[in-house]
Amino acid sequence: MFGYYVKLAFKSIKKNPLLSSLMVFAIALGIGASMTTITVNYLMSANPIPEKSEQLFYVQVDSWDPHNAFNDETGAPPNQLTWTDASNLFNAQKATKQVVMAKSGGIVVPDNQDVNPFETQIRLTTGEFFNMFNTPFLYGAGWDLSVDQNNEQVVVLTRTLNEKVFGGENSVGRNILIAGQHFQVVGVLDTWQPVPKFYDVNNGAFDEVEDVFMPFFLKESFELPSWGNTNCWKSPEGEGFKAFLQSECINYQMWVQLNNPIEKADYFSFLNNYVADQKAFGRFPRPMNNQLSDVMEWMEREEVVEDDAKMMMWMSFMFLMVCLLNTIGLLLAKFIGKSSEIGLRRAIGASKGDVFTQHIIEAACVGLLGGLVGLLLAFVGLQGIKSLYGDFVNNLIQLDFAMASLGILIALVTSILAGLYPTWRACNISPANQLKSQ
Amino acid sequence: MLTMTNVKKVFRTDLVETHALRDFNLQVNEGEFVAVTGPSGSGKTTFLNIAGMLETFNGGSYVLDGQDVSHLNDNQRSKLRNEKIGFIFQSYNLIPDLNLFDNVDVPLRYRGFDAKERKQRIEESLETVGLANRMKHLPSQLSGGQQQRVAIARALAGKPRFLLADEPTGNLDSAMAQSVMELLQSINQSGTTIVMVTHDPQLAQQAARNIYVKDGQVSEVHDVLKMHVANA
Repeated sequence: MFGYYVKLAFKSIKKNPLLSSLMVFAIALGIGASMTTITVNYLMSANPIPEKSEQLFYVQVDSWDPHNAFNDETGAPPNQLTWTDASNLFNAQKATKQVVMAKSGGIVVPDNQDVNPFETQIRLTTGEFFNMFNTPFLYGAGWDLSVDQNNEQVVVLTRTLNEKVFGGENSVGRNILIAGQHFQVVGVLDTWQPVPKFYDVNNGAFDEVEDVFMPFFLKESFELPSWGNTNCWKSPEGEGFKAFLQSECINYQMWVQLNNPIEKADYFSFLNNYVADQKAFGRFPRPMNNQLSDVMEWMEREEVVEDDAKMMMWMSFMFLMVCLLNTIGLLLAKFIGKSSEIGLRRAIGASKGDVFTQHIIEAACVGLLGGLVGLLLAFVGLQGIKSLYGDFVNNLIQLDFAMASLGILIALVTSILAGLYPTWRACNISPANQLKSQ
Repeated sequence: MLTMTNVKKVFRTDLVETHALRDFNLQVNEGEFVAVTGPSGSGKTTFLNIAGMLETFNGGSYVLDGQDVSHLNDNQRSKLRNEKIGFIFQSYNLIPDLNLFDNVDVPLRYRGFDAKERKQRIEESLETVGLANRMKHLPSQLSGGQQQRVAIARALAGKPRFLLADEPTGNLDSAMAQSVMELLQSINQSGTTIVMVTHDPQLAQQAARNIYVKDGQVSEVHDVLKMHVANA
């Protein structure tokens, strides 16, 4: 009977194209608006590394001002580390794997005279970055701990930069001039864009991945600039680059890989001991307040999904509700208009259940069409967001298969809910009255 | 076949109670062709609706084909209607956007027959009413008489034991009406019990028995066949 009811539903939709179109567009508008905001929220809150997000932990220690918490509302410790702490914690090598990093930038001067020098973003990091974060390589590989310890001048490039500078060839082993220094290319990443860019949400959670990856400690050797957010609770003691590095200013991030709760507990003890030791040197004037947050906890703490986006999503749901209320009215008008047919069907053998099933399937078919048109509107809406905010939201406006399926599912469920009252009314049509009034 | 004993039907509004049937008693035997006549508002259609289980009643008993239907729930009444009763209405009540095949198919779908069985029954019943060659036509492409024949085919397709006809010729001219009556007689002769409500005394005379309903009660019963024999 399901196929029969679907056939009847589409006949009914075709029979009254104006009313049907109004219903489809009412649902489509609601779905379009809600799917646009859901997609943005979904991509904002997606797990960027599901295969190991529970083993990767962001490290926080509270080196902040004794009189003012870093975050007055939550009392959370600073969201970045000082150079001193990043260096000390990395050099201790207490976790299974660990990586420290910072954002920097410099001028790339290609060998190719046809390509002008250009400024690029640099991710200063340590060798286990690539292994910890499962980065895909097109050519070569990352570097090992000895490179970090010996300050060797190597880089990993993104595919985009490799195409720009080396025409997309395998550039492993070749030299590149960055920030006035020569580096040897050891690897080229394949396309990689975690969304959100979880490893550094402090500096644009949805920004593109930096084009160059360079050993972290070269920052000190080459006095590479600090890009991204830098916060200080007191001025550096002295002047110059070295004084800045030794200051209590925070600009560095650290992630550790801890494979089980025991490793996590051990590392947490290590952090507490480290802070206790530092207190002995007169640092860390605040109470002990260390934190290890896995990837999703860190996204939550840093409020990667902005309140505005959440509010927009709820508003779009309310708009969907308004559209559904309209659909209820239109379905009611349609089903009441079919009273004589319903009366006849009841007279010649249809039970209330049969009438209910037929009409709820019709409502679902309207919802399906509304969902499909709604997805088109969502696509248009996402393009609208792109045109409003520019390319930097590119990573947030991808309507993938899962989201498209969710859109159709929401359309089906909501249209069935909207169809319940009109269908109930249809079921209770008295056949005797309808047949008499013909 | 059909026995109503002291059946009562009251329509109530906030202000008025209307007694549509009062102690309505009637027995229709298997294979009979009964015409029900009476003035407007006498309760003919209410009787027919109750006979077809389209309406419930307030008192008395109604036994259809040996089964007391007084306490059946909605699903059971729908099933019984579908299996045992065929309806023919004054306005044909065909579904305008379904072709003849699909119109006749409607009750068979609710019966749960497979596609092969349904096709065979539809073709047979449309053949019986002489419209087998127009299966793919829409009702709007047919004359009134032809549409009523389709309605009869739809009623026959389920092979019911009992046909209920409410003014089946009311919207037809006399030639068409006579043709539909001949079709009903032929169906009756093949064994189907028919109860027909009509205003037309001449058409009623073509049934085997006439029931005259007045003020919600059976007031007269005429055995037309015996009268014909007596007149002869």
